[in-house]
Amino acid sequence: MNPIPIFPKCYKESSKPHKYCGGCGHGIALKELGYAIDELGIAKKTVIGLDIGCSLLAWDFFDVNSVQTHHGRTVPVMSGFKLIDSKRVCIAYVGDGGGYAIGLQSLITAAQRNDAITVILVNNTIYGMTGGQTAPTTFSNEKTTTSPNGRKCWETGQPFMGPEIIKSLNNLNSFVARASVKDPIQLRQIIKQAINNQINKDSFSFVEVLSTCPTNWHMNAKESLNRLNNQIAKQFPVGVFK
Amino acid sequence: MNKNEKFITGNQAIIEGAKAIGANCMCGYPITPATEILEEWAKLNSENPKKYAMIQAEDETSAGFNTIGAILAGAKAFSATAGPGHVLIQDPLSMAEAMRIPFVLFAMQRGGPSTGTVIYGQQEVTLACFGGNGEGLRVVYSISSVQEAYDYSIKAFNVAWQYRFPVIVLGDGYVAKMKQKIKVSKAPINIKSQSFFNESAFRNLRNCFNVESQLAQVLNNDIKEFRAISKKIVESDQKYCQDAKIIIIAHGIVWQSVVEAVEILRKKKIKVGCFRPITLNPFDGVTLSRFAAKCDKLIIIESSAGHLERLVKSNLITHVKIECLQKPVEPIAVEEIIRFIK
Repeated sequence: MNPIPIFPKCYKESSKPHKYCGGCGHGIALKELGYAIDELGIAKKTVIGLDIGCSLLAWDFFDVNSVQTHHGRTVPVMSGFKLIDSKRVCIAYVGDGGGYAIGLQSLITAAQRNDAITVILVNNTIYGMTGGQTAPTTFSNEKTTTSPNGRKCWETGQPFMGPEIIKSLNNLNSFVARASVKDPIQLRQIIKQAINNQINKDSFSFVEVLSTCPTNWHMNAKESLNRLNNQIAKQFPVGVFK
Repeated sequence: MNKNEKFITGNQAIIEGAKAIGANCMCGYPITPATEILEEWAKLNSENPKKYAMIQAEDETSAGFNTIGAILAGAKAFSATAGPGHVLIQDPLSMAEAMRIPFVLFAMQRGGPSTGTVIYGQQEVTLACFGGNGEGLRVVYSISSVQEAYDYSIKAFNVAWQYRFPVIVLGDGYVAKMKQKIKVSKAPINIKSQSFFNESAFRNLRNCFNVESQLAQVLNNDIKEFRAISKKIVESDQKYCQDAKIIIIAHGIVWQSVVEAVEILRKKKIKVGCFRPITLNPFDGVTLSRFAAKCDKLIIIESSAGHLERLVKSNLITHVKIECLQKPVEPIAVEEIIRFIK
């Protein structure tokens, strides 16, 4: 077995070191996406769409064609792209705000329509780029800048369970999973399965990636990992749903 | 009727034009009075989905972003909408403006604000010209007949793909739904569309910048280019303006009433002329000012409380008396115009 290179081959060197905060999970999620692209040998035929929010910091992350769009609008851009260029591998990289709030209608529609794109959604239970506001995935009692006394889930709803909802849509060939940056090897396998589903079954695939945001969680790296491994892992079960 | 003629609606003429110029994708959301544009395209799609690709989107915002995705992939794609949908589609139009994506939109005005009415108004002028959080770097054609729906459908795609700015063809429910006999051209110039991406050289496209100076550099270049092309593409029409003491200014379907009124008034020896901006953005202020400098007064006539008036006033480079006949969301008949002039 060949040793895994330190960085994916498709990394754009000129944009490294990346712009994410220390301890942020995006770096791990993107690294595993990079390895997945390498291992599938699809760098040339892939187009990545990037949402607003912390996702956009990856606008020049890879030596792979990419386009940064508006908040919540990456999924429809990728759907339109795939409609015309069906040989491309289209990946929408979005956050939990872009996917589950402002862009939920588009996410559900693309899944329902079984558009042959792959959506990778990073769930860190918060709006990162804008400084830690409540997201649809925010926990009960979790303090954010827009719920300073803690989110009151009996008033504003429970944390949004994306894969659980998307799997209920009536598409036999879609792939729906949740992974975590705490287990990068599993994350990569799941991303590869999702992309393969797009390529081989010409169908929709969705991966939610549980991630960390030490800056807006007001935690250090160790505390963030503890939260990811305990509280977050309990609320959001990891695995392949469909 | 010979084979180069068709008796069709404005919405159908738009699709005929799009077909003639090689458009191969439409993404839209049904809304009166633009719905038939999507329906006509759906007929083509049902016959040949590869040649005429289509997405019926979940809303107009997504329809616009679907369109952008299709254009990035190399399609000659477009969208069509009206009223509240025109508001929503400003989001993707803004991205197209920022990234020089040749986005063609057919906007059929209806009454506003809000849901308003479903057929007529001239209140989407400012939205078309300056909607979005930018500088209004988009070309807007105001059409006044079914023939123009066809002609400017073709022109919109050519201008968009040649200069890479969004182009909006602004009509209304009357133009969209009335039937007229039109002439169809045989072989319009067709500028080919290409994918923004190829496999030999990767591109990372963005519309978000780290600092203002970075954005300003890109934006100032775009503004410079838009101003340069403005001189080439600006369009207007006029009748009897050379010796006119009174010049009526109107656009869109109102122009038809104005021309008829002016012909009647001329027969009565009243020295009246009329001027029509065909491109609302850019606006032919130079030609208008030349005529305005020689006349006693301008009369702005529109189915809005001041959208055209604001455009005229901001583009006039001469002092002249201005009067207005403004009827927001209501059509304007020939007789009303004649009464107003007398």
